[in-house]
Amino acid sequence: MALATSEQVDAPSASTVYRLENVGKVYQRNALVALKGVSIDLPEGSFSSVIGSSGCGKSTLLKIMAGLLPATSGTVELRGTPVTKPRPDIGMMFQQATLLPWRTTIDNILLPISMREGKAAAKAAREKAEALMDLVGIKGFEAAYASQLSGGMAQRAAICRMLITEPAVLLLDEPFSALDEIVRDFMNMELQRICMERNATAFLVTHSIAEAVLLSDTVYVMAPRPGRVIEEVKIELPRPRTLDMTTDPMFGDYVRHIRRLLDEGSRT
Amino acid sequence: MTVEAAEQSAPIADHGDGPTLFDRIPQPVSILGFGAAIVLLWYLVTASGIVSPLILPTPLQTLNQLITVGANLFTGGYVLSAMWITTQEVLWGFAIAVVVGILLGILVSETRFGERAVMPYLVALDTMPKIAFAPLFVAWFGFSIESKIALAVYVSLFPVIVGTAAGVRSADENSLMLFRTMGVSRLKTLIHLKIPAGLPQIFTGLKIASLSVMAGAITAEFLGGGKGVGELIRIAATQLDTARVFALIIYLSLLGVALFGFVTVLERYVVFWRNSDPGRE
Ligand SMILES: Nc1ncnc2c1ncn2[C@@H]1O[C@H](COP(=O)(O)OP(=O)(O)OP(=O)(O)O)[C@@H](O)[C@H]1O
Ligand SMILES: [Mg+2]
Repeated sequence: MALATSEQVDAPSASTVYRLENVGKVYQRNALVALKGVSIDLPEGSFSSVIGSSGCGKSTLLKIMAGLLPATSGTVELRGTPVTKPRPDIGMMFQQATLLPWRTTIDNILLPISMREGKAAAKAAREKAEALMDLVGIKGFEAAYASQLSGGMAQRAAICRMLITEPAVLLLDEPFSALDEIVRDFMNMELQRICMERNATAFLVTHSIAEAVLLSDTVYVMAPRPGRVIEEVKIELPRPRTLDMTTDPMFGDYVRHIRRLLDEGSRT
Repeated sequence: MTVEAAEQSAPIADHGDGPTLFDRIPQPVSILGFGAAIVLLWYLVTASGIVSPLILPTPLQTLNQLITVGANLFTGGYVLSAMWITTQEVLWGFAIAVVVGILLGILVSETRFGERAVMPYLVALDTMPKIAFAPLFVAWFGFSIESKIALAVYVSLFPVIVGTAAGVRSADENSLMLFRTMGVSRLKTLIHLKIPAGLPQIFTGLKIASLSVMAGAITAEFLGGGKGVGELIRIAATQLDTARVFALIIYLSLLGVALFGFVTVLERYVVFWRNSDPGRE
């Protein structure tokens, strides 16, 4: 516990990459308060998760963070500048890999570059794409089309596509929930390895408490109506995390604690 | 052993409502056999005198005309020049319908103006009896191939518009979201996502158009003269030479089949990711 407090002292000193302050969102169409007073700080190199019941505004939050949706109130800043539209220093990943079937795997990975900077830039980034494919373990599939990849491989390609622009922050909306459990656990460990190797700042939306605890430094627990953060749970398990830790009593405590918060949140 | 035995007995046990006669004969044999049966019936009906040869020629007369017309066609006679004229009308008509149809399809699917203001007029134009426009086109574009091309375009345009509009709209939410996160402009999203995603539907429109375009050209030839195959058919018909009409129609249909076949092959090549075996590396 002494260790834990020293870490808590350390945390604020790490530079904040992403800062949300008092963010609110009202969908005018149905006068729905989707988010209210959400404040989140993502320190450089940290892994954070947000968990909450369906419809509590997780995807809304992520879209606002990605600049896809304007916030109704509050401020959203990435590296000190307000986020008003999609930016190359924000990487995103969704539940579906969404590879374009008429492009080869490597051309799919290079898509963000070729769309933003043109064909020549994409060609120049080829080696980088190959290195990324090596990093996620799909080397050799450069010329394969999406239909030739398994679901897990397609998500690996989506990881490469997200990383190719070297984003400052990774926004992940249930990236592996379409995969079966074994592949999913494996991909989560891969994600951790990639984030640690690259000192990436990541923000994960998930429905799985275990996944959130296993991967995160901080878990934001949300409650619906209106969507808000009810608690910020610091996870003080050592890194790198392993699947074996899921049997650790401390791990179980975190899971139980978050489950209780979610239960209370959905009851009120 | 028992498993094997069970497997072997399965088809026999199935025999009651199992494969029919036409499951067992190879398909080419079925096709040729059925065709031969029709020709035989045709022969019986005409040779017995039930139907006058002025209305329906005998198979032999038709074959004779096929040879006569074919000889003229393949030795560069006037049938060839007529065929060339009709081919030009069909190809120009198709090409213009494709370009204009795709552009209009994009207009009506991508802009509010197109969807709300232009589309109703296009629908109205499509519901009109198109053939009735032939005399107008002749008045506007004259007796040579332009008026035929105009009708060919009119007749085949709508399927291309509808196919394109449906195709361009068919891009899924996830891909659209992906392009938005990459900050891609509308035009680039159209070019790099919506149009490729819509190609299967666009090609459906093209195939329908390729089937109807010749009907437009030939109708215009009937009504507007000129020197195409439609004119030859009209003359043969006024002479009650039905065998010759049959022969000309058969050669025309080869042109139609060629165009449809070309579009189908092109589709297989362009929309390669839709094929069961994606192996074009
Ligand atoms: N475009 C929109 N217009 C109006 N209401 C919306 C819109 N998008 C989402 N909502 C509403 O806002 C609330 C939050 O939606 P959101 O998609 O952010 O939830 P979520 O937490 O991601 O849910 P899930 O876990 O099911 O993905 C929901 O009640 C939803 O119905
Ligand atoms: Mg969601």
